[in-house]
Amino acid sequence: MSTIFGIPTPALYGQILIGLINGSFYAMLSLGLAVIFGLLRVINFAHGAQYMLGAFAAYLLLNWLGINYWLALVLAPLAVGVIAVIIERTMLSRLYGVDHLYGLLLTFGLALILEGAFRYWFGAAGQPYAAPSQLTGAVNLGFMFMPVYRGWVVVASLVVCIGTWLLIEKTRLGAYLRAATENATLVQAFGVNVPLLLTLTYGLGAALAAFAGVLAAPIYQVSPLMGSNLIIIVFAVVVVGGMGSILGAIVTGYVLGVLEGLTKVFYPEASSIVIFVIMAIVLLVRPAGLFGREE
Amino acid sequence: MSSAPLLEVRGLNAWYGESHVLHGVDLDIREGETVTLLGRNGAGKTTTLRAIMGILRRREGVIRLRGKDLLGLPLHKVAQSGIGYVPEERGIFASLNVSENLTLPPTVSEGGMSVEEIYTLFPNLHERRSSQGTKLSGGEQQMLAIARVLRTGARFILLDEPTEGLAPVIVQRIGDVLTALKKRGMTILLVEQNFRFAKKVADRFYLMEDGRMVNSFPGHELDARMDELHEVLGV
Amino acid sequence: MAVGTEYLAEQPKLRTSAIVLSAVAIAALLAAPFFFYPVLVMSILCFALFACAFNLLIGYVGLLSFGHAAFFGGAAYFTAHAAKVWGWEPLAAILLGAAGAAAMGLVMGFLAIRRQGIYFAMITLALSQMFAFICLQVPFTHGEDGIQGVPRGYLLGIVDLNQPLAMYYFTLAIFLFGFFAIWRIVHSPFGNILKAIRENERRAVSLGYRVDRYKLGAFVMSAALAGLAGGTKAIVFQFATLTDVAWQMSGEVILMTLLGGIGTMIGPVVGAGLVITLQKYLAASDFPVTVLIGIIFVICVLLFRRGIVGEILEFMKRKPKGTA
Repeated sequence: MSTIFGIPTPALYGQILIGLINGSFYAMLSLGLAVIFGLLRVINFAHGAQYMLGAFAAYLLLNWLGINYWLALVLAPLAVGVIAVIIERTMLSRLYGVDHLYGLLLTFGLALILEGAFRYWFGAAGQPYAAPSQLTGAVNLGFMFMPVYRGWVVVASLVVCIGTWLLIEKTRLGAYLRAATENATLVQAFGVNVPLLLTLTYGLGAALAAFAGVLAAPIYQVSPLMGSNLIIIVFAVVVVGGMGSILGAIVTGYVLGVLEGLTKVFYPEASSIVIFVIMAIVLLVRPAGLFGREE
Repeated sequence: MSSAPLLEVRGLNAWYGESHVLHGVDLDIREGETVTLLGRNGAGKTTTLRAIMGILRRREGVIRLRGKDLLGLPLHKVAQSGIGYVPEERGIFASLNVSENLTLPPTVSEGGMSVEEIYTLFPNLHERRSSQGTKLSGGEQQMLAIARVLRTGARFILLDEPTEGLAPVIVQRIGDVLTALKKRGMTILLVEQNFRFAKKVADRFYLMEDGRMVNSFPGHELDARMDELHEVLGV
Repeated sequence: MAVGTEYLAEQPKLRTSAIVLSAVAIAALLAAPFFFYPVLVMSILCFALFACAFNLLIGYVGLLSFGHAAFFGGAAYFTAHAAKVWGWEPLAAILLGAAGAAAMGLVMGFLAIRRQGIYFAMITLALSQMFAFICLQVPFTHGEDGIQGVPRGYLLGIVDLNQPLAMYYFTLAIFLFGFFAIWRIVHSPFGNILKAIRENERRAVSLGYRVDRYKLGAFVMSAALAGLAGGTKAIVFQFATLTDVAWQMSGEVILMTLLGGIGTMIGPVVGAGLVITLQKYLAASDFPVTVLIGIIFVICVLLFRRGIVGEILEFMKRKPKGTA
């Protein structure tokens, strides 16, 4: 069996793949956070809860209504997006005039409510969610066996990230979004309905988190706490990348995921903190973040 | 002259936070007219434009466009009722390229210039259409800021110091553009410090001081009133 | 955000009533163990001090730390370890906890003050989560079990803290010490500079203040005082666990401060009292505490951002204006 630095290569590739998958979730979630923050100036603490909601929506759709994975991939983000739109209209929009910290505190409260409620209903333990039959099994890549579902997650997350990036960089809606991120008042003075744009952006960001949640359901267990543990890591990812750049958020997500996977191979004890350590180093060397602009 | 004014401002008061910045401003602009606001820095000219647009929200009084009340409208509805705004700071977006900047403001009514027409009028913008908006020179940015509202079909344009800090050649160009717009029947409310420029385009002047309208006179009286103006404006 | 203390100082009449109120409050605290379950009151005192320490940052420097659990829980571990494994005297163990928290505060603060506003909150949260992961793995914290059976010991080798009243008055003394330390800090020249930074950081910089040093100083003091609270809690409850370092704990202390009144001296105490009492009564019921905490958060943020004490002070402030 071949080895690299004394590590058997299949184990190495396996951890890189796991890192790539974790990175897929970091990328999708930090992308959503960055888009929401750019326009609303709100750090959406409920992002983790919305990811969890997406996973639970898929689980409940399957177990209560018999709706399959593929439909859930569409319906769950839609449902969570609608909830987010209601949250933005009734609550978040009241906070745009005050210190940005209140947006963080509000969404933190909402995250606690959602998590607490789901823990009350479903318990803290995870619920299994089977991958769709089309995506079971594994393929031989020559250097390793890759479970099909995991490959799918990486591909789907790349498609979603690139799609979102294209939406923002290449469409008219995206131009509104970029312009409003710079100067919302002026964009509104040109006749763009900026309040509506804010609502849609929050809905879109939450839907993205829910989509990630559905993707995650067959890999991780569906559990009420799956979101908050993840979101704190994603915060670190966002600090590393800086929220000024959409592409930066995506790239940082994947890279940190892979680095975390590699740490698991070479120094497993540090794997749960490596991203935080990287964050600390980045703060020392380049406080604004790798892709960030100094504010 | 008997027809109702296009824009009618009556007893407009406005506040920045706690400070009272406009005190009972009255202003009339008729269809097709170009009106210039004169006054020292801080007299309230820019504030008047911002209050009319609704960017400055704390206002009292009457603002009517074609008889329709603007005061109660949310900001984006004001532009949609047919006003184009060219802010003093020009407001070119750094994250948008020139062509995206140009097409950003939504169309508010029929009859706006097409992108092709605009590029004919401003060939520089066509050449640099893929550049980042803020990479343009100051003059080009000003052209872009004006061009941007011409596309929307707005028939009434608020222009805030379009010649500020620009070279004489560019000022000349902007003057030509404004003349062309007047010929097309556009109504323009201009804030301007440059007399010579304003004299060429303005049909009427308003003079502001300390957030109040202190005088108004037709454009041809400008020369005769120079001494008086120098006193008020301190130039 | 701050209302209150400066205003009280300007109003002789209110100042007198503040002194009277303080005297009444201290008397009430001295008598409390005879009327209430002492452990509950001690628990409130520990969390009240924790919240006051947190408030020193958010209320007087405008920095929202989302990682204060690291100092509170970290100090609890240090104190518990010193008292149990090394057999230290309780006060010394608590001071070690506070010193440990201060050292952690120095490191975390040094990193976090490099960014502002919302990033500061995220960085402190991430760093404290890192600390929580470390606590889960290093042997001395005993992982999921935590450090159990910490001896209360003899204060200065003399007073037996297993006596409930002795333990209570010791806790009260520490709380009062911490509370007045914060009061002193806030009303010192140092505190005035902190407030100037909160009001307008750029202006403070242009006046020549080394803003980062002041922020770091405040951060370390806040961490040390949070550690004082955490160490005391470890002696009172005789254990230290992962709960105290978890991010939920950072959220709770934010809630206590927000509910009571950010930037007021006694707001955090009121907030801590309410939250702890509520948790105690809910613990017996079936209702999920997290949901309730979330609901209070949402209500506070949307409806009364000044908090209970802040709203009362604001009301008092307006009244004379209205009648004049």
